[in-house]
Amino acid sequence: MSSLQMPKVDNAIMSKKDKIASDLRGIINSKNVLSNPDELRPFETDGLTAYRQMPLLVVMPETVEEVSQILKYCNENKVKVVPRGAGTGLSGGSMPLEDCVLMAMGKFNKIIEIDYENRCVVTQPCVTNLAITHAVQDKGFYYAPDPSSQIACSIGGNVAENSGGVHSLKYGATTNNLLGIQVVLMDGTVTKFGGKAMDAEGYDFLGLMTGSEGLLGVITEVTVKILKSPEVVKAALVGFPSIEDAGNCVAEIIAEGCIPAGMEIMDKALTKATNDYSKAGYPTDAEAMMIVEFDGTEHEVEAYIQKTKEIAEKNNSSSLKISKSNEERLKFWAGRKAAFPACGVLAPDYMCMDGSIPRGKLAEVLNEISRLSKKYNLPVANAFHAGDGNLHPLIMFDANDKESLRKCEEFGADILKYCVKVGGALTGEHGVGIEKRELMCEAFSDKDIQQQLTIKVALDPNSLLNPGKVYPILRKCAEEGRVHVHGGKTKFPDIPRF
Amino acid sequence: MSMEEKQNSQTSLDFNQNIFKPTSREEIVEIVKTCYRKNIPLEINGLKSKNKIGRNFQSEKTLDLSDYKGIIDYKPEELYIKVKAGTPLKEIIGELDKNNQQLAFEPNDFGYLFSGESNSGSIGGVVSCNFAGSRRFKVGSVRDHILGFQGINGKGETIKSGGTVVKNVTGYDLSKLVSGSFGTLTILTELSIKVLPKPETSKTLIIKNPHLKKALDFLGKALSSSTDPSGGVFYPDYFGKDFVLNDLTHDGGLTAIRIEGPTNSVDQRANRLSKELGLLDQELSILDSEQSNIFWSRTKNLEVFKSLKSNLLRIVLPMSETLQVIQKLKNFEIKYFIDWGGGLIWASFDQLNTKILSEIKDTVKKHQGYITLIKVEEDLKASADIFTIDPIKYKISEKIKRSFDPKRIFNPGKMYTGI
Repeated sequence: MSSLQMPKVDNAIMSKKDKIASDLRGIINSKNVLSNPDELRPFETDGLTAYRQMPLLVVMPETVEEVSQILKYCNENKVKVVPRGAGTGLSGGSMPLEDCVLMAMGKFNKIIEIDYENRCVVTQPCVTNLAITHAVQDKGFYYAPDPSSQIACSIGGNVAENSGGVHSLKYGATTNNLLGIQVVLMDGTVTKFGGKAMDAEGYDFLGLMTGSEGLLGVITEVTVKILKSPEVVKAALVGFPSIEDAGNCVAEIIAEGCIPAGMEIMDKALTKATNDYSKAGYPTDAEAMMIVEFDGTEHEVEAYIQKTKEIAEKNNSSSLKISKSNEERLKFWAGRKAAFPACGVLAPDYMCMDGSIPRGKLAEVLNEISRLSKKYNLPVANAFHAGDGNLHPLIMFDANDKESLRKCEEFGADILKYCVKVGGALTGEHGVGIEKRELMCEAFSDKDIQQQLTIKVALDPNSLLNPGKVYPILRKCAEEGRVHVHGGKTKFPDIPRF
Repeated sequence: MSMEEKQNSQTSLDFNQNIFKPTSREEIVEIVKTCYRKNIPLEINGLKSKNKIGRNFQSEKTLDLSDYKGIIDYKPEELYIKVKAGTPLKEIIGELDKNNQQLAFEPNDFGYLFSGESNSGSIGGVVSCNFAGSRRFKVGSVRDHILGFQGINGKGETIKSGGTVVKNVTGYDLSKLVSGSFGTLTILTELSIKVLPKPETSKTLIIKNPHLKKALDFLGKALSSSTDPSGGVFYPDYFGKDFVLNDLTHDGGLTAIRIEGPTNSVDQRANRLSKELGLLDQELSILDSEQSNIFWSRTKNLEVFKSLKSNLLRIVLPMSETLQVIQKLKNFEIKYFIDWGGGLIWASFDQLNTKILSEIKDTVKKHQGYITLIKVEEDLKASADIFTIDPIKYKISEKIKRSFDPKRIFNPGKMYTGI
């Protein structure tokens, strides 16, 4: 993997390691300060496993007061701090720095309150996304955003990354499902933004913090909205003879006023790979395959499925299957959710990109990816949250071959640049982190970036909180960025990814 | 000289005028750069439908954005519209109508309250105030629909955030921060807004009921049901007469719940909801699409307060607290209605002074809510806090303000003293 430039290591801090450890042991329970390399090793990387770095120390606070005191101490002593939730992020947002204190929030793992009257859950940040739904599903409620890693990812991490998921077209991403957070700023200030009311007074700091990738504060409590589960959920599996037909079908479904709960497209390469891997019963002869899911009342879902059928046929669909049971619907999804491991079978390594494009540009962008694939002579498979324009190309390569890796990196950067060129974004849901940092200048002008950095400095004048993430360090558009997987070994191979 | 500066030097700004009415971004940039250099505070206006909301403040010049208007790009199939900030909301809605689409956050029309007739303002104003209508609990607030913006910061630099696609986590989400900032952080120039298809049918269940407690019970049950309502209000007896509609058979207090979507689904859900709430035929009226739309439009327009001279407060709070807060507010002469399924109180006070106001604020704060003074008498406005804020958030707000507008030239003091 290419080397990554991080903020300059502060040698004075490095040499004071023992003193800092001892000071921190005076603030929190000494067993919660880790300093031996063996203890630090598990924290050297997150879901972006291509990059590894041991932190100086790891602290595992147990209370908000401890978080506040640690940050205050680090701020006063100019020690960098990297916050970490479950460590499943795909853009390296919680990758440690050599001279940092890594703040692992794992002990904040309890749901504080379930409030059905106000339809919300108040929870500590390291409770998993799925655990929130589990806590309220017996009463027929759920938490809507569903990143595919929801079994393992933490809700605090979801807030930091503004995580999306299959259902974000209809239900929005984390930011649209959040009511409040408690945050500790770098100077130790503890405050709450939002609460159980639907809006909060003054500037929307809740909105600012959401998706700020751990650069502005450490989240210590989260209040999320919960929704009543829909009565009926049905999915259709549709095959198309061309990507263009599938793309047109997506655009027409949206234009007709149907907002599906989820709408996914895979190209032929991925359809075949996932079908071989999970035996999902996909139409492997189709050039593109779409899964579209509707939820609501029985009549509503029927009406939308009927409409989808008509639109699909008009757009030359080659096959169409409607789920007859919940089991069948989940089977439709099983292949899609196995997209990552299925690719691991096809090549020694692959990179997962995360670009966002206008829905109508799908065919154009996929054609460009296909052209680039020939140019770089590397195979690619495409998965696409078609409903909201979030594209995940998986580039296959061999990391042991330096030339192959170099080509893959260039290929990936070319794809993201093209996404921006057609009016899209560098990242739809994985975040910028260290992964796409140097590509920020493709999307933003110097003034745009400067404005964001000014906000960062306003809240963290010494730039100690998660430095080196999101904003370019090299100040040039370097060819970097993607999730790298070797031999199908992701950090968490059992977590669905897409 | 940079490209931008070269362009600027080509425009000729007459700085003697007190009101600037720019038609291009370059003009706005030049105005702001000059004000920045000379330390001149600016009042920023759109169509002035809501400019009376907020604190009075001193400004030497006015920036009137009403001529900075127009639809830049509208892609119905991509579900977004990109407009200049001074574009009248009516123009945008008219354009969306042609494609059977809408702004789902149905912003309040404050024209009835402030001038006795409709003035839904400019889109820049709507975003700057972030006041969402009755669908709030289902679709979010105005800020949830802003995909991206372009603006001018206090140094005259053009900045942007977000874009036109729904999924975008590139950098800080400044679209949220500028929404509801009352023009104190940046001059909005362009806005990209998410649009959604209009529902095929809208039906409203009107339950004859003068009691708040029962109303909140109905609303709570409705919002927790899988029938997926998109509006829930309560009007006490004194407002019932404001809703004379063909299909509405009584004129007393009422609880209204809206169901929207495909026609057959709306019928099914409306029936089910009335069963779930155990409603009897004689206490229920059902409004069809046309009348339902009239009802919710009157709610959105705050028409029950049309002739109100002063003292309208907007109180946002957790639904569980609404009953207790209203009971305490009844110590004063008030008229109110409840929106957002119980999470928002619009209340008018016959008499309001600093002492009463601070009592009300304490009460609402104790119940985890907050108050915004929407329309109050001038002498009270001069002495009272229009918005509420705690010291920690004030400190953070001050820093954020400075990061956008270091010399405090944009609407200085409109939200808080010193910001």
